[in-house]
Amino acid sequence: MSAVDLGTDLAGLALDPPVMCASGCGGTGRELEATGDLAGLGAFTTRTITLDPRPGAAAPRLVETASGVLWETGGHNPGRAAFRAVALPALARRGVPTVVSGAGSTIGEYAELAGRLAGAPGVRGLEVNLVSRNADAYERRFCDDGFQVTKVLAAVRAELPAGVALWAKLAPGGTLPELARAAAVGGADAVVLVHGFAGITFDPDTWRPSLGGGPGLVGGPAVLSQALRCVWDVHAAVPTLPLIGCGGVRSGRDAVQMLLAGASAVQVGTWLLRDPSGARRIAVELAEELRRHDHTRPGDLVGLGHHDTPEGPR
Amino acid sequence: MSAAGRVLSVKRVAAFHVVTLVAPGVAERFRPGSLVALSVGGAVSAHLTRRTFPISAVRPTGAHGGTVEVVLDAGADAGAAAEPGVRWLVGSPPGTPVDVLGPVGRPYALPKEPVSCLLVGEEAAAAPLFALAERLRARGCGVHMLLGARSDTHLVGVLEARRAARSVGVVTRDGSVGASGELADELPAVLARTAAEVVYAAGRIPTLHAVAALAEEHGAWSQTALDVPMPCALGLCQACVVPVVGEEGVTRMVRACVEGPVLRGDRVRWADLGRVPKDAR
Repeated sequence: MSAVDLGTDLAGLALDPPVMCASGCGGTGRELEATGDLAGLGAFTTRTITLDPRPGAAAPRLVETASGVLWETGGHNPGRAAFRAVALPALARRGVPTVVSGAGSTIGEYAELAGRLAGAPGVRGLEVNLVSRNADAYERRFCDDGFQVTKVLAAVRAELPAGVALWAKLAPGGTLPELARAAAVGGADAVVLVHGFAGITFDPDTWRPSLGGGPGLVGGPAVLSQALRCVWDVHAAVPTLPLIGCGGVRSGRDAVQMLLAGASAVQVGTWLLRDPSGARRIAVELAEELRRHDHTRPGDLVGLGHHDTPEGPR
Repeated sequence: MSAAGRVLSVKRVAAFHVVTLVAPGVAERFRPGSLVALSVGGAVSAHLTRRTFPISAVRPTGAHGGTVEVVLDAGADAGAAAEPGVRWLVGSPPGTPVDVLGPVGRPYALPKEPVSCLLVGEEAAAAPLFALAERLRARGCGVHMLLGARSDTHLVGVLEARRAARSVGVVTRDGSVGASGELADELPAVLARTAAEVVYAAGRIPTLHAVAALAEEHGAWSQTALDVPMPCALGLCQACVVPVVGEEGVTRMVRACVEGPVLRGDRVRWADLGRVPKDAR
């Protein structure tokens, strides 16, 4: 039997392993470097960067929920200039493939951000965070409107040098397959599924919302089944579109489930907050699971859960 | 950084619980003011985030290997709804596995000169100050302590303080021992008497705010240890941001877990805690 090879070609971007940190959960990279866990990632996805610095939401920005967390950072980031001057060169020096997450409040801002960051050394991809309010469309979120999704992706694509991957990150919602298709039409190489699920909790002492900013988004194992369903629905509708599964992954078996639902790679978010070595361990466990089922490549499993007679354990 | 540890013992001290954990590698790198972040509930716990506490003491070697100690307030006497993670920790029998991340955070800065120092501690938060007192004395600093609590049953370390410090002040809200009132009421007189040039403080936010303001009035530096929830203690999750004024006068939202927990009292925008000031960047 041949050895397991986790190397994955995700629409032209080589990922080995196909396990990354999710946007916002890897900090600047320096924090994971301190624990020795940066090198274990197939790619490093940055926190979402905007053109200008944003101070973010009031504390606390994250509280625990049952098997998960509720969070709202309010988009805290140093802005593209400081990011390009400090965090990005540090990541490039580490040699970890870097995917920059970016957002804007107009299509022009998305495009300008892409133009200013995509050509920087070390940047292998751009993850377009579409969970952002459109100042030109009554503050409606870009990710809720397929027409806007296509326009943003097309505008960003035009700014990207050859060889830089373009991903679109979408929020959970009923029309995800249409939105994913719209992203592909705009030029997305892959779609990241999925952003956090809307939630709120209250403080037992003050009876006020637990988060400083009020409502937030739920992540962690609590949402794995829902994230899997998002991947499942989009893969069923657009089987040729490469997907990156994100939401509640904490083990190799969870990663396998993401592949079965239709993802080609996974991002690990909340679990890194508990275990910064999590991504490395998940990659090892993924290889073990493949071996156990007599498979050699993660690609063998992509979408397998949709088949009437899936290849089960032999 | 993160290591498989286990509970060695849980003991009552006043109204609090002293939890000692076997934790390889923490003691060697410990400096007073630094933190330890513990996973709670075991491997299949629904409580994912860590509980982060100031380290009160360490022992690098012993029969069990390196140990680390934290003093926890499980709200036993107040009848308050104790945080489930803390309740689990204080109820854990010896041998219970606990993942231990630490030490993390920026510790207390020590003065370069052998100056007079005042250590102000409130209830359980005072426990880490004794390790600090030891290091200050080793540098030739004059060490004075002022301890406060709601009542004598919540007072931690008075006997230890008498050994560690040149002078010890005690204040309780109900007057059950020492002066009656708040720590801040006693502070101006103690600052004047001790001629302290540096004030180190650990306690509730209103206490730290008052200490920082009074120290500044007195012309002393203050080093305040913030105790706010730190769910990851790695600098990743941003739960614990506080508004802090930098050298150049610009306010930034800094993470208490990695850029703190000890911050210069005159740099923290105490009145704006829990908010994002309009001029923050």
